[in-house]
Amino acid sequence: MREEIVEQEERLLNGDEAVAWAAYHVEPDVVAAYPITPQTIIVERFSEFVADGLVRTEFVSVESEHSAMSACVGAAAAGGRAFTATAANGLQLMNEILYIASSLRLPIVMAIANRAVSGPINIHCDHTDAMNVRDAGWVMLFCEDAQEVYDTIIQAFKIAENPKVLLPVMVNFDGFLISHTAQKVKVFKDPSVVREKFLGGPRKPVKIKLMGKEVELSLNPKNPVPVTFGPLDLYDYYYEHKMQQLVAIQNAYDVVKEVHEEYAKLSGRRYGNGVIVPYKLDDAEIAVVAMGSAPGTMRYVIDEMREEGIKIGLLRVRLFRPFPYKDIIEALRNVKVVGVFDRAQNQGMMGGPLFLETRAALYELESRPEVVNYIFGLGGRDAPPEMFREAFDELVGIYRGTISPFIRKYIGVRE
Amino acid sequence: MSDKKPGWKEIPIAGVPFLSSLEYKTGDWRVFKPVIDDNKCIRCLLCNIYCPDMAIKVGWDETGNKALGVFVDYDYCKGCGICADICPVKAIEMVKEER
Repeated sequence: MREEIVEQEERLLNGDEAVAWAAYHVEPDVVAAYPITPQTIIVERFSEFVADGLVRTEFVSVESEHSAMSACVGAAAAGGRAFTATAANGLQLMNEILYIASSLRLPIVMAIANRAVSGPINIHCDHTDAMNVRDAGWVMLFCEDAQEVYDTIIQAFKIAENPKVLLPVMVNFDGFLISHTAQKVKVFKDPSVVREKFLGGPRKPVKIKLMGKEVELSLNPKNPVPVTFGPLDLYDYYYEHKMQQLVAIQNAYDVVKEVHEEYAKLSGRRYGNGVIVPYKLDDAEIAVVAMGSAPGTMRYVIDEMREEGIKIGLLRVRLFRPFPYKDIIEALRNVKVVGVFDRAQNQGMMGGPLFLETRAALYELESRPEVVNYIFGLGGRDAPPEMFREAFDELVGIYRGTISPFIRKYIGVRE
Repeated sequence: MSDKKPGWKEIPIAGVPFLSSLEYKTGDWRVFKPVIDDNKCIRCLLCNIYCPDMAIKVGWDETGNKALGVFVDYDYCKGCGICADICPVKAIEMVKEER
């Protein structure tokens, strides 16, 4: 396919507004949301788009996040395109319905402005909220800046609705650090590029065979045989349905890459290969692994250290579910020391979630690097370049044999 | 009893039911099945009365007054074993299903 970049315009948007603009350009059939900091701006802006008549979306103001996700389940089961946004405790309240959305194979898209989970009450960034729901069967992407957030929300609908996937997609970005920080964001000038050209018009539910007839997998009253969503499913079929779901989320790996590439042809923007974003890794002896906005700061430190002749690089994980272990193994095959940076709690765990999976992936290698874990930035604790520099220097020390490797360390916390 | 059940590649996704309730045999849930020894059975019909699933059927003579025997509807017997427990002459044995 020929690369034909579509006309775009630059706007000053923060991360939340970028989500709202992406949702405006997608024009979902239903948006059901409940306000929670730092996500609130998304639904505020979007409700303005509805009020101004820019979108024909049915905007449902609900009484809780549990209801928000339930309304999205209903809308998606009816065959519609559904969108919501939340964070932190709101996401925890949704938890029950998250599993239902994925098991009913409903392609809902949700934006998460990552925030610490109470208590004590804290509204600032860490990834604990998303990590708590990492086994809910959702495809999970982590963005670095507002531009990527805009791009990823649009991609998310196409990933979710792919017949090989049919799973909900969660788009994560750092609360406040991204959600409330304005930057220049390129958006498509003509929303129909997104709605018609990229997404191919309104959502078309897949067809299935039911009692010898072809029906739409939705609650469409015109179906020749009625379709029931969510009945009792005991030990005679539950495992088979889970098997389908387990295959579907693995299928999402290829689809995320394909959709990312297809979108790049319209927008001219790429994020690595769509699942991981390497930086100066080719000849690196030392690698750092992270998600969210911290990699921006890390690249600054890496550039500084590169100038000093230290062979250090960065691997940003963009797709967290399904976990791109093969890409991670390939990207880190030749490094000697890996530092994995988790912006999430690891209550009682050996290390942070990203560390555990990265380390497990690297076990596949015959000659394995040292893999150590840093926990940082909980509850929005500042993560400045100096803090990363100190940690990176420690990795250099491990590489040179002057510092003994360890399992995990907590950085940026007062003793 | 249903025939061999379809695998995950054959059934519709999303847990959508693909059989009508008439075709869904709850007897498939059974682990032990009741087997009645007709020679020991005294036709007291306690099993028929106690069965929570109406899965013990009675064969009547043409007058409708005399029970000729009892048998199990394996399509709907879930294998609870109440019949075997209640039987005063131990005419019902619970036998492990082989599938």
